[in-house]
Amino acid sequence: MSRPPLRPLNEMTLTFPALSENERFARLAVSGFLSALDPNISELSDIKTAVSEAVTNAIVHGYRDTPGDVMMQVRIFKDSRISIKIQDKGCGIPDVAQAMTPLYTTSPEDDRAGLGFTIMETFMEKIKVKSKPGKGTTVILERTVQGKKRL
Amino acid sequence: MINISTTGGVTIAELSGDLDHHTARLMRTDIDRELAEKRPRRLIIDFSSVTFMDSSGIGLIMGRYRIMNENGGDVIVARPPAYIKKVLRLAGVDRLAPITDDPRDLIPEDFYKEKEAEKIEQTAPQTT
Repeated sequence: MSRPPLRPLNEMTLTFPALSENERFARLAVSGFLSALDPNISELSDIKTAVSEAVTNAIVHGYRDTPGDVMMQVRIFKDSRISIKIQDKGCGIPDVAQAMTPLYTTSPEDDRAGLGFTIMETFMEKIKVKSKPGKGTTVILERTVQGKKRL
Repeated sequence: MINISTTGGVTIAELSGDLDHHTARLMRTDIDRELAEKRPRRLIIDFSSVTFMDSSGIGLIMGRYRIMNENGGDVIVARPPAYIKKVLRLAGVDRLAPITDDPRDLIPEDFYKEKEAEKIEQTAPQTT
Protein backbone atom coordinates (compact mmCIF):
# COMPACT_ATOMS: atom_id res chain seq x y z
CA MET A 1 0.00 0.00 0.00
CA SER A 2 1.43 3.38 -1.00
CA ARG A 3 1.71 6.11 1.60
CA PRO A 4 -0.85 8.87 1.24
CA PRO A 5 0.61 12.11 -0.08
CA LEU A 6 1.34 14.63 2.63
CA ARG A 7 -1.19 17.26 1.56
CA PRO A 8 -4.79 16.35 2.37
CA LEU A 9 -7.59 17.53 0.07
CA ASN A 10 -9.79 18.22 3.07
CA GLU A 11 -9.48 17.86 6.83
CA MET A 12 -11.17 18.55 10.12
CA THR A 13 -10.14 18.52 13.73
CA LEU A 14 -12.39 18.12 16.74
CA THR A 15 -11.67 18.30 20.44
CA PHE A 16 -14.14 17.10 23.04
CA PRO A 17 -14.00 16.13 26.72
CA ALA A 18 -13.63 12.43 27.53
CA LEU A 19 -17.30 11.82 28.32
CA SER A 20 -18.95 8.58 27.21
CA GLU A 21 -21.87 10.44 25.59
CA ASN A 22 -19.34 11.88 23.12
CA GLU A 23 -18.66 8.41 21.65
CA ARG A 24 -21.78 8.73 19.54
CA PHE A 25 -20.94 12.32 18.61
CA ALA A 26 -17.48 11.25 17.37
CA ARG A 27 -19.01 8.57 15.11
CA LEU A 28 -21.59 10.95 13.70
CA ALA A 29 -18.99 13.66 13.11
CA VAL A 30 -16.75 11.27 11.15
CA SER A 31 -19.63 9.92 9.10
CA GLY A 32 -20.86 13.45 8.37
CA PHE A 33 -17.43 14.63 7.28
CA LEU A 34 -16.85 11.58 5.05
CA SER A 35 -20.28 11.86 3.40
CA ALA A 36 -18.60 13.89 0.61
CA LEU A 37 -16.91 10.63 -0.47
CA ASP A 38 -20.30 8.90 -0.71
CA PRO A 39 -19.20 5.77 1.22
CA ASN A 40 -21.35 2.64 0.94
CA ILE A 41 -23.22 1.41 4.01
CA SER A 42 -20.80 -1.41 4.74
CA GLU A 43 -17.63 0.69 4.72
CA LEU A 44 -19.27 3.55 6.62
CA SER A 45 -20.32 1.06 9.31
CA ASP A 46 -16.76 -0.35 9.44
CA ILE A 47 -15.27 3.13 9.85
CA LYS A 48 -17.78 4.15 12.53
CA THR A 49 -17.09 0.95 14.47
CA ALA A 50 -13.30 1.46 14.35
CA VAL A 51 -13.64 5.12 15.42
CA SER A 52 -15.97 4.12 18.23
CA GLU A 53 -13.38 1.63 19.53
CA ALA A 54 -10.53 4.15 19.45
CA VAL A 55 -12.55 6.93 21.10
CA THR A 56 -13.92 4.55 23.74
CA ASN A 57 -10.38 3.38 24.53
CA ALA A 58 -9.28 6.99 25.05
CA ILE A 59 -12.23 7.65 27.37
CA VAL A 60 -12.27 4.34 29.29
CA HIS A 61 -8.54 3.63 29.49
CA GLY A 62 -6.59 6.80 28.63
CA TYR A 63 -8.58 9.00 30.98
CA ARG A 64 -9.39 6.27 33.49
CA ASP A 65 -8.18 8.32 36.46
CA THR A 66 -8.05 11.89 35.17
CA PRO A 67 -10.42 14.02 33.09
CA GLY A 68 -9.13 15.39 29.79
CA ASP A 69 -9.79 16.01 26.12
CA VAL A 70 -9.87 13.65 23.16
CA MET A 71 -8.62 15.07 19.86
CA MET A 72 -9.86 13.61 16.60
CA GLN A 73 -8.52 14.59 13.18
CA VAL A 74 -9.97 13.26 9.93
CA ARG A 75 -8.10 13.82 6.68
CA ILE A 76 -9.11 13.02 3.11
CA PHE A 77 -6.36 12.41 0.54
CA LYS A 78 -6.26 11.78 -3.20
CA ASP A 79 -8.07 8.66 -4.46
CA SER A 80 -10.42 8.64 -1.46
CA ARG A 81 -7.78 7.60 1.03
CA ILE A 82 -8.69 8.61 4.55
CA SER A 83 -6.71 8.93 7.73
CA ILE A 84 -8.29 9.31 11.16
CA LYS A 85 -6.16 10.27 14.14
CA ILE A 86 -7.51 9.85 17.67
CA GLN A 87 -5.31 11.25 20.40
CA ASP A 88 -5.51 11.47 24.18
CA LYS A 89 -3.14 12.90 26.76
CA GLY A 90 -4.06 10.28 29.32
CA CYS A 91 -2.16 7.54 31.13
CA GLY A 92 -0.65 5.86 28.05
CA ILE A 93 -0.10 2.15 27.36
CA PRO A 94 3.01 0.50 28.90
CA ASP A 95 2.94 -2.44 26.45
CA VAL A 96 1.21 -1.67 23.14
CA ALA A 97 1.67 -5.19 21.71
CA GLN A 98 0.00 -6.72 24.76
CA ALA A 99 -2.86 -4.17 24.60
CA MET A 100 -3.47 -5.13 20.98
CA THR A 101 -3.71 -8.85 21.73
CA PRO A 102 -7.26 -10.12 21.04
CA LEU A 103 -9.34 -10.51 24.24
CA TYR A 104 -6.76 -8.71 26.39
CA THR A 105 -8.47 -6.17 28.64
CA THR A 106 -7.62 -4.33 31.82
CA SER A 107 -11.33 -3.82 32.60
CA PRO A 108 -13.09 -7.22 32.62
CA GLU A 109 -15.29 -6.06 35.52
CA ASP A 110 -16.80 -3.43 33.22
CA ASP A 111 -17.71 -6.08 30.59
CA ARG A 112 -15.02 -4.89 28.18
CA ALA A 113 -14.45 -7.63 25.61
CA GLY A 114 -10.80 -6.81 24.81
CA LEU A 115 -11.56 -6.62 21.10
CA GLY A 116 -11.18 -2.89 20.42
CA PHE A 117 -7.83 -3.08 18.58
CA THR A 118 -8.86 -6.32 16.82
CA ILE A 119 -11.89 -4.52 15.37
CA MET A 120 -9.80 -1.49 14.37
CA GLU A 121 -7.29 -3.78 12.61
CA THR A 122 -10.00 -5.77 10.86
CA PHE A 123 -12.23 -2.89 9.77
CA MET A 124 -9.46 -0.52 8.63
CA GLU A 125 -6.56 -1.24 6.29
CA LYS A 126 -3.80 0.17 8.44
CA ILE A 127 -3.41 1.09 12.11
CA LYS A 128 -0.58 2.89 13.88
CA VAL A 129 -0.41 3.18 17.65
CA LYS A 130 1.98 5.46 19.48
CA SER A 131 1.89 5.56 23.25
CA LYS A 132 3.99 6.75 26.16
CA PRO A 133 3.10 6.04 29.80
CA GLY A 134 2.09 9.28 31.47
CA LYS A 135 1.95 11.17 28.14
CA GLY A 136 -0.94 9.63 26.23
CA THR A 137 -1.84 7.56 23.20
CA THR A 138 -2.25 8.34 19.49
CA VAL A 139 -4.06 5.93 17.17
CA ILE A 140 -4.01 6.51 13.40
CA LEU A 141 -6.49 4.56 11.28
CA GLU A 142 -6.23 4.49 7.50
CA ARG A 143 -8.17 3.03 4.60
CA THR A 144 -9.62 3.73 1.17
CA VAL A 145 -13.28 4.56 0.67
CA GLN A 146 -14.67 2.79 -2.41
CA GLY A 147 -17.98 4.62 -2.38
CA LYS A 148 -21.29 3.59 -3.91
CA LYS A 149 -20.66 4.76 -7.47
CA ARG A 150 -17.52 2.78 -8.13
CA LEU A 151 -18.90 -0.54 -6.90
CA MET B 1 -33.19 2.08 24.63
CA ILE B 2 -34.40 -1.21 25.97
CA ASN B 3 -37.67 -3.06 26.39
CA ILE B 4 -37.64 -6.09 28.71
CA SER B 5 -40.27 -8.66 29.57
CA THR B 6 -40.28 -12.16 31.02
CA THR B 7 -42.84 -14.87 30.25
CA GLY B 8 -42.70 -18.59 31.00
CA GLY B 9 -39.07 -18.54 32.13
CA VAL B 10 -37.88 -16.65 29.05
CA THR B 11 -36.65 -13.07 29.25
CA ILE B 12 -36.69 -11.05 26.05
CA ALA B 13 -34.61 -7.90 25.90
CA GLU B 14 -35.37 -5.81 22.82
CA LEU B 15 -32.57 -3.32 22.28
CA SER B 16 -32.85 -0.28 20.05
CA GLY B 17 -30.65 2.61 18.94
CA ASP B 18 -26.85 2.67 19.17
CA LEU B 19 -25.12 0.08 21.37
CA ASP B 20 -21.81 1.53 22.53
CA HIS B 21 -19.90 1.81 25.80
CA HIS B 22 -22.19 4.65 26.94
CA THR B 23 -25.55 2.96 26.26
CA ALA B 24 -24.36 -0.58 27.11
CA ARG B 25 -23.95 0.42 30.75
CA LEU B 26 -27.58 1.48 30.98
CA MET B 27 -28.86 -1.60 29.12
CA ARG B 28 -26.76 -3.90 31.30
CA THR B 29 -28.25 -2.50 34.51
CA ASP B 30 -31.80 -3.07 33.26
CA ILE B 31 -31.13 -6.61 31.99
CA ASP B 32 -29.28 -7.68 35.14
CA ARG B 33 -32.08 -6.40 37.37
CA GLU B 34 -34.63 -8.43 35.39
CA LEU B 35 -32.43 -11.56 35.51
CA ALA B 36 -31.96 -11.22 39.28
CA GLU B 37 -35.70 -10.75 39.88
CA LYS B 38 -37.16 -13.29 37.44
CA ARG B 39 -34.38 -15.89 37.26
CA PRO B 40 -35.27 -17.05 33.71
CA ARG B 41 -33.80 -20.17 32.08
CA ARG B 42 -33.31 -18.35 28.80
CA LEU B 43 -32.37 -14.80 27.78
CA ILE B 44 -33.15 -13.70 24.24
CA ILE B 45 -31.48 -10.45 23.19
CA ASP B 46 -33.21 -8.98 20.14
CA PHE B 47 -30.90 -6.81 18.01
CA SER B 48 -33.31 -6.09 15.14
CA SER B 49 -33.67 -2.40 16.07
CA VAL B 50 -30.03 -1.78 16.96
CA THR B 51 -28.60 0.89 14.65
CA PHE B 52 -24.93 0.58 15.62
CA MET B 53 -22.83 -1.80 17.69
CA ASP B 54 -19.14 -1.90 18.65
CA SER B 55 -17.26 -4.29 20.97
CA SER B 56 -19.32 -3.00 23.90
CA GLY B 57 -22.14 -5.17 22.50
CA ILE B 58 -19.85 -8.20 22.62
CA GLY B 59 -19.04 -7.40 26.25
CA LEU B 60 -22.75 -7.05 26.98
CA ILE B 61 -23.53 -10.49 25.50
CA MET B 62 -20.55 -12.24 27.11
CA GLY B 63 -21.30 -10.77 30.53
CA ARG B 64 -24.95 -11.89 30.36
CA TYR B 65 -23.79 -15.32 29.12
CA ARG B 66 -21.68 -15.69 32.29
CA ILE B 67 -24.67 -14.85 34.51
CA MET B 68 -27.05 -17.18 32.67
CA ASN B 69 -24.49 -19.98 32.45
CA GLU B 70 -23.90 -19.91 36.21
CA ASN B 71 -27.57 -20.74 36.71
CA GLY B 72 -27.69 -23.35 33.94
CA GLY B 73 -29.50 -21.06 31.49
CA ASP B 74 -28.64 -19.90 27.97
CA VAL B 75 -28.47 -16.75 25.88
CA ILE B 76 -29.81 -16.36 22.33
CA VAL B 77 -28.83 -13.51 20.01
CA ALA B 78 -31.86 -12.78 17.84
CA ARG B 79 -32.21 -10.97 14.51
CA PRO B 80 -28.92 -9.05 14.28
CA PRO B 81 -28.59 -6.81 11.17
CA ALA B 82 -25.73 -7.66 8.75
CA TYR B 83 -23.23 -5.14 10.11
CA ILE B 84 -23.77 -6.42 13.65
CA LYS B 85 -23.33 -10.02 12.51
CA LYS B 86 -19.91 -9.04 11.20
CA VAL B 87 -18.81 -7.89 14.68
CA LEU B 88 -20.41 -10.93 16.35
CA ARG B 89 -18.60 -13.36 14.01
CA LEU B 90 -15.29 -11.58 14.50
CA ALA B 91 -15.64 -12.15 18.24
CA GLY B 92 -16.87 -15.74 17.85
CA VAL B 93 -19.86 -14.95 20.04
CA ASP B 94 -21.98 -17.67 18.41
CA ARG B 95 -19.88 -20.32 20.17
CA LEU B 96 -21.40 -19.13 23.47
CA ALA B 97 -24.69 -17.61 22.42
CA PRO B 98 -26.33 -19.01 19.26
CA ILE B 99 -27.46 -16.45 16.67
CA THR B 100 -30.89 -16.82 15.08
CA ASP B 101 -32.81 -14.81 12.49
CA ASP B 102 -36.11 -16.36 13.54
CA PRO B 103 -36.52 -16.65 17.32
CA ARG B 104 -40.28 -17.43 17.24
CA ASP B 105 -39.85 -21.10 18.14
CA LEU B 106 -37.75 -20.13 21.15
CA ILE B 107 -40.28 -17.71 22.60
CA PRO B 108 -43.23 -19.05 24.63
CA GLU B 109 -46.58 -18.51 22.86
CA ASP B 110 -47.92 -16.61 25.86
CA PHE B 111 -45.44 -13.84 25.12
CA TYR B 112 -47.22 -12.86 21.93
CA LYS B 113 -50.67 -13.28 23.51
CA GLU B 114 -49.73 -10.89 26.31
CA LYS B 115 -48.25 -8.40 23.84
CA GLU B 116 -51.39 -8.58 21.73
CA ALA B 117 -53.54 -8.00 24.82
CA GLU B 118 -51.43 -4.99 25.74
CA LYS B 119 -51.87 -3.54 22.26
CA ILE B 120 -55.64 -3.97 22.37
CA GLU B 121 -55.76 -2.34 25.78
CA GLN B 122 -53.70 0.59 24.54
CA THR B 123 -55.67 1.17 21.37
CA ALA B 124 -59.11 0.56 22.86
CA PRO B 125 -59.71 4.06 24.25
CA GLN B 126 -58.84 5.63 20.92
CA THR B 127 -61.33 3.59 18.92
CA THR B 128 -64.30 4.19 21.20
